[in-house]
Parts: sequence; C-alpha cells; structure tokens
Amino acid sequence: MPAFETFLQAIVNGLVLGSFYALIALGYTMIFGVIKLLNFAHGDVYMVGAFVGFGVLSLISGVVGAGWFGLGIAILVSMIAVGCLGVIIQRVAYQPMLSAPRLSILITALAVSLVLQNSALSLTDGKYTAFRTDLGFGGFEFGRLFISHQAVVLVAIAGLLMIALELFVSRTMYGRAMRAVSIDKDMCRLLGINVSRVVAITFLIGSGLAAAAGTMAGAYYGSIWYFMGFLIGLKAFTAAVIGGIGSITGAMLGGLILGLLESFGTLVPFIGSEWKDVFTFSILILVLVFKPTGLLGKSEVERM
Amino acid sequence: MTEPVLRVEQVESFYGKIQALRGVDIEVAPGQIIAVLGSNGAGKTTTLKTISGLVRAQVGRIHFDGEDITRLPPHEIARKGVVHVPEGRHILKGLSVQENLELGSFTVRDPAVRRERMADVFERFPILSERRHQDGSLLSGGEQQMLALGRALMHGPRVLLLDEPSMGLAPKLVTQTMRIVKQLNEAGTTILLVEQNVRLALKIAHYAYVLENGEIHNQGKASALAEDESIVQAYLGA
Ligand SMILES: Nc1ncnc2c1ncn2[C@@H]1O[C@H](COP(=O)(O)OP(=O)(O)O)[C@@H](O)[C@H]1O
Ligand SMILES: [Mg+2]
Repeated sequence: MPAFETFLQAIVNGLVLGSFYALIALGYTMIFGVIKLLNFAHGDVYMVGAFVGFGVLSLISGVVGAGWFGLGIAILVSMIAVGCLGVIIQRVAYQPMLSAPRLSILITALAVSLVLQNSALSLTDGKYTAFRTDLGFGGFEFGRLFISHQAVVLVAIAGLLMIALELFVSRTMYGRAMRAVSIDKDMCRLLGINVSRVVAITFLIGSGLAAAAGTMAGAYYGSIWYFMGFLIGLKAFTAAVIGGIGSITGAMLGGLILGLLESFGTLVPFIGSEWKDVFTFSILILVLVFKPTGLLGKSEVERM
Repeated sequence: MTEPVLRVEQVESFYGKIQALRGVDIEVAPGQIIAVLGSNGAGKTTTLKTISGLVRAQVGRIHFDGEDITRLPPHEIARKGVVHVPEGRHILKGLSVQENLELGSFTVRDPAVRRERMADVFERFPILSERRHQDGSLLSGGEQQMLALGRALMHGPRVLLLDEPSMGLAPKLVTQTMRIVKQLNEAGTTILLVEQNVRLALKIAHYAYVLENGEIHNQGKASALAEDESIVQAYLGA
C-alpha cells in the first residue's frame, strides 16, 4: 500500500531532520538556561562545525578514507574544536556583556553571527562546497520503502549523543550544577560551584553538539555553505521554544516533533515543500499562543 | 579567649550608593554559637553576605582561620568551609531533594565521604529520606529548612552562617529548628546565627551582637543580654 510507505518514509526523513534540529536546539536551550541569552549565533556555530568537519575529513581521507571511520573522526574533532570556539565566543563576546542591559548581549550575539557568517563567506566566496563522503548507498528495503544506512547511523549517533548528554546532566556533579546554575546562580556560588566554569562547560557542550549536527548534516545532504546555519538556527530555536526553552528533554522532543511535522507537512496536498518553512513558523506561533512556556517549559519566556 | 576562627574587622558594605554596613566588627570563636540580632534592615543579611562573598566589603577585612578571605570569590570561600544558608532557604527548584543534597557536597571529592554524609543527613532528618525523589521546592516550609540545613551539612562546614532559619515556620517548628541548631553546634560546628526570635536565639547562643543601622550597637554574653529586658523588648518580634 503506497500511501502507508510514503507515511513511513516521511517518518524516516523527519527523524533525520529532527535529530539535527534536536542537537542544535539543545545548545540553544542549555545556553539560554545558564545565561538567559538567546544565542542567535548558534546556527552559525553549526555552520562552522560543518566546515571544520569537512576540513578534517579532507585532511584525513587520504589516510583513513571518507567512510564511517573517517567521518567519525571528523565529527569528533569538529565537536572538540568548535566546542572550544564556543567557549572563546562566550569569554570574549558575552562575558563582558553579562552585566549590561539584556538587549546589548542579544545584539552582541547577532554581531557574532555576522562575524562567523562573513568569515565563512570570504573563505568560500559564497559558493557551495561539496561535502564528499564514501559512506555507500546501501540501505534497508521494504517494498517501496527505502531506509538508507546513512540515515540509520546518523540518527543513532544523534541518539547516543543525546543519551550521553542526559546522563551527564542527571548523573554527574557538573551536570547537576548546570541545571542548578540555570535556577539560582548565587545559591550555586554558596555551594562552592564556580559558576563561570559551569557556563564555559555549557558553551563547550552546546557548541560541540551543534558541530556534530553540522558535520553530519554536511555529510548527509552532501554540500555546505556559509549561510546554512541561518534557517536551521531559527528552526532549532523554534524547536527549543516548542519544547520549552531551558528544558533539555524539551529541546530533544521539540526537535524531533518539528522534524517530523515538517516532513509530514510536505505530504499534505497543496502545502508542498515550498511551504514547509511557513508551516514550521506557524507551529511556533500556535505554540506561543496556546502554551507560551512550551511543551515541557516551566518558566515564562521573557518578552523581548 | 581562644583565637577566633572567623574575624570581621571594620567592614563597610554598599548596595550601589546605599551603605548597609558602617564598620562592623564580629569575632567568632571556634565551637560557639554567635547570634546576630537586630531589627529589619539593620544589616544582618548583608553581614552574612559580605562574609560569604556575595557582597564585597568596600572597607575592612575578613579573616577565616587566620587567612584573609576578603577578596575571594564566594565559591572559594565556600570551598574553605564557610557555608552560608541564606535567608529564604533557596532550595533549587526542579531538582529533587536528593539532588539538592548532592549539590551540597559539590566540593567534596571523595564519593565515600559524600555517601556517608548523605546517610548522616537522612538519619538526622528522616523526612528528607522519605521525600528524596520529590522536587525539593514542593516540600513544606519546615521540611525545606531541614533540606537547606542538610544541604549545608553535606558540605562538611567549619563555620555555618544561618540567616533566619526559623523564618515563616509555625511556633512548634521554630523551637525544633533551634534545637537542631544547638545539636549541630554540640556536634562541633561553629555557627553564626541571624535570628528574629531573640529569646530563643539568646537561649542557645554563647555570645551575641546587636546590629542597628549597619553598626554594632551592643554586644555581650548571650546570658547577660537575655537578662537585659530592654534588649529583649526592643527586638521581640522585630
Ligand atoms: N539588594 C539590595 N539593594 C539595595 N539595598 C539593599 C539590598 N539589600 C539590602 N539593602 C538595604 O541594606 C540595608 C540592610 O539590609 P539587610 O542586610 O537585608 O538587613 P536585615 O537582614 O538586617 O533585615 C537595608 O537598608 C536594606 O534596605
Ligand atoms: Mg535579613
């Protein structure tokens, strides 16, 4: 029954897209948690992650090839390098603005976004860069339904990263401290927590997850460019808000929901893929109207 | 008198241009309960915040264990064993009772020590053990106070700074809280106690300071101050 297979195919596509959204949304939500900043440069951090992953893979593919092993190394190196970049951005651009009015730091985030975008623009002349991999074209076939190995492995990697994050946040001292810092900084200080170190760790992890998503998305869709972080950044932000900004589980849920909805949106007659962004942001508006705190959010998002 | 473990010398603190402390001197001898009394707005909370580093002393010095801690950031002061239980308890909302306690031992490296302390806290406050998986902010006022104290104990404090631990509690719980404070002290913890219930505070304290308008207005042995009806009258219910 073809309709049923189309439906399953949409689920698979939605899960892949949703995993990318979720990984980026996590950084949005964690960073918002600890310093109450909507980090509008986060989508560009994802873009930088894609380029670093691409660069690493280009360097090592001669030796280890561009298969899963090579891509795994590229993801890992990109996560570490871009994680550190996130910490540097926080220290250089955001830290000095923490005591300034709220709007100043938001504008700083937009400035960081422009700096990252324009750096990539000048390095690539605004052209698309082909992200070549050698991951094979195999997959599982069920009648007319085709699930590529790539989709399965990428969703699995995203899932593992999210499980690791969940364990970090719920089982380790610094993970608990991260949640505590987003609730009551002064109390954290009295407990002996170095709040500034916790904020740095949050940027490290958040930016690292975005870099993983960037590298994976580059490999999956096959090309990258300087502007790739813009729209997906906005969508990940949407996912974070849908899930309830500040909530880690909410960001994962919001990302997956958004990916699936978008994927299904393209199936609805007369909506088609040209309309999918309108669809996404309409959902954002609906959620904001009916549940301003998002699905799992507790505190009201501040109006800006 | 033995060498004080905590010494506040001529401290002046400000909120912007507003001066809250105008040269405060306090000495805390090891093993004692020192009470800080005074009406609302006298500067009691500011005194504790200045010791724990949340508010910077603009003038004056604070020594702990002979070491100058005036310019240390709060988390390093806490690390040294000066543990501040703030006014209003500040239970971390959304974290379970157990997670709140665990964060109390953030600075404790050895997991065996952490486990041992957790067991001690649960023994002292069985209700916390029963509620360990509940959101800490959903406990009753009295239970939250136990959680705040338990969390401080997880740290293994050398000096406890307690800001109005009985605030907002029913009379029976107020007496119970004071009894707990006394027990903690008898178990060896030095305590600097800010309290609005002057009678009870003077009953368990060894020595007391009376703050007025950011200055030490009066001080003396708790037993002597307790006999001074004018002091008890002046601050009763304040
Ligand atoms: N955050 C603040 N900003 C400005 N003034 C403050 C602040 N906190 C306290 N004050 C002022 O400092 C003085 C001392 O306050 P506080 O230490 O809280 O007194 P107490 O604990 O004895 O009631 C008061 O006059 C109070 O209004
Ligand atoms: Mg007070």
